[in-house]
Amino acid sequence: MSIPQPARGAAWFTALSGVAADDAAFRGPHGTVASVLVADTELGDRPARVLATRPDPHNRWPRARHGELGLDEGWALAAAVRQVVAADAAASDRRTVVVVVDSPSQAYGYREEALAIHQALAAAVDAYSAARLAGHPVVALVVGNGISGAFLAHGLQANRILVLDDSAVTVQVMSRASTARVTRRTVAELEHIAARVPATADDGATFATLGAVHAIVPVRSADAPGTADAEVARAAVAEAAADALRRPPDLSVRLRSAGATQRRAPSIEVRRRLAAAWSS
Amino acid sequence: MSPVPARRDAVTELTARERATAVLDEGTFRELIDPFDLLTSPHLPLQGITAQSDDGAVVARGHIDGVPAVVLAIDGDFQGGGIGEINGAKIAGALELALVDAEAGRPIRPVLMLETGGIRLQEANLGLLAVAEIHAAIAALRRHVPVVGVITGKIGCYGGLGIAAGLCSDLIMTTEGRLALNGPEVVEQEAGVAELDASDRAAVWRYSGGRQRVDTGLADVLVADDTAVLRDAVQAVFRRGTKPDASCRSAQVELFAARLAAIDPDGVLDPAALPGLWSSVGSPGEERSA
Repeated sequence: MSIPQPARGAAWFTALSGVAADDAAFRGPHGTVASVLVADTELGDRPARVLATRPDPHNRWPRARHGELGLDEGWALAAAVRQVVAADAAASDRRTVVVVVDSPSQAYGYREEALAIHQALAAAVDAYSAARLAGHPVVALVVGNGISGAFLAHGLQANRILVLDDSAVTVQVMSRASTARVTRRTVAELEHIAARVPATADDGATFATLGAVHAIVPVRSADAPGTADAEVARAAVAEAAADALRRPPDLSVRLRSAGATQRRAPSIEVRRRLAAAWSS
Repeated sequence: MSPVPARRDAVTELTARERATAVLDEGTFRELIDPFDLLTSPHLPLQGITAQSDDGAVVARGHIDGVPAVVLAIDGDFQGGGIGEINGAKIAGALELALVDAEAGRPIRPVLMLETGGIRLQEANLGLLAVAEIHAAIAALRRHVPVVGVITGKIGCYGGLGIAAGLCSDLIMTTEGRLALNGPEVVEQEAGVAELDASDRAAVWRYSGGRQRVDTGLADVLVADDTAVLRDAVQAVFRRGTKPDASCRSAQVELFAARLAAIDPDGVLDPAALPGLWSSVGSPGEERSA
């Protein structure tokens, strides 16, 4: 059993939006999803919608009570993002969409698989992508765990990704203990490999070297952000949104960065060769 | 004496290169970045694993029903079809080029043949970034042309590419194919054998197999494990034309939220009852207005 993490997602949700988490649970046509938080605010003179997830010990799905992204979370996030896209469809200015990232993982359960959690997470991916393509600047702020399917669904479709400068920020596909079991290595061996293969490191700072992170945001207390922390983060999100508005709404910026030139050179080379051979 | 039935040409027995060839018009297969380019994973040898010359993915241009096409076939026999930097970039990069064609009004027919356990753990966050780029490309491309996912068998389709399958406008499966997020072994490891017994293969197919996924509207077409049947099914999807974006599964938020609301999380979940229960709520393609 995982140990419940401090609810960083909720704390940063409030820091960015000014709205208490308990007042911001997503309300849909079939009831409230207490693990999904939604509020509208203003960031850098632009209207913004802030979305976050948090643990809900009373979640109706037992396998999603520790902050995991499960069935209801995927579809609720999709609904909350699509509300904004629909509401702003005729507006000249599209609201900023802020994605506060902190989830231990996707939910692991029989019901989750049978009821198509892959489709629920695809819905969230699709909604964030739709917002981006519609001209909304989508900015993700990783405040805690950015893990695998949960991060793909809630964060990785953003135009710009920010990470807090904090040692507890983690970006990984699978925990080191589980990776050791699956790949038949010891944890010590994996740590040795991580020193040479940055993609297998799990800290936010190393993830940032891969070129997909727009900026690292300084912070005094990542667990309990104060007024100064909130102001710094709000300014960083506003700057990232403004930068996103100046560029195409795709993810190409991640491969044009200095980090990618160094650490994702093969990803760039593959695309170069494909383009050269595409039309015969 | 009755005639001997023609031997069926099983897709599940084919290599990735053969599978790509099978859905393309005869004689049109042309591989981009072929094994002789030797563009292999730089990350695997550092971890004592031998790289494969195509890194487990085939990018093939050709024609489908006379129209320019690109087929991306994952080799499930190499590292379980896991997505790393190179094979992920091949798939994402090809879809991005297909998007350029589609946006310029040039005909292009994209097909993904998905046999994968998900992200390759040895390339971890590089695989994660590649999969996010695959997602972005599918979501953008399906607004112009059908993006067809094919899941035929052996490995199944899991992890980040299970999500990718959920983004495809059209999904074709065989009864041998499986589609889910977490593999049964992972669910058993994380949640215990009482939650799911991964060794009960029949139970695994009952909730994630091609027939169940088609019967519950999570995939569109169930085909026999036969190359000619599969080729016909792929052609038929493209002949039907592009689905409106709002009719794609991942955009049908109201429908699936209503379907989930109809489930009692504390009750026994019988996959056999799900098709009936969910079709009484509605079917993809006929989005209910709330």
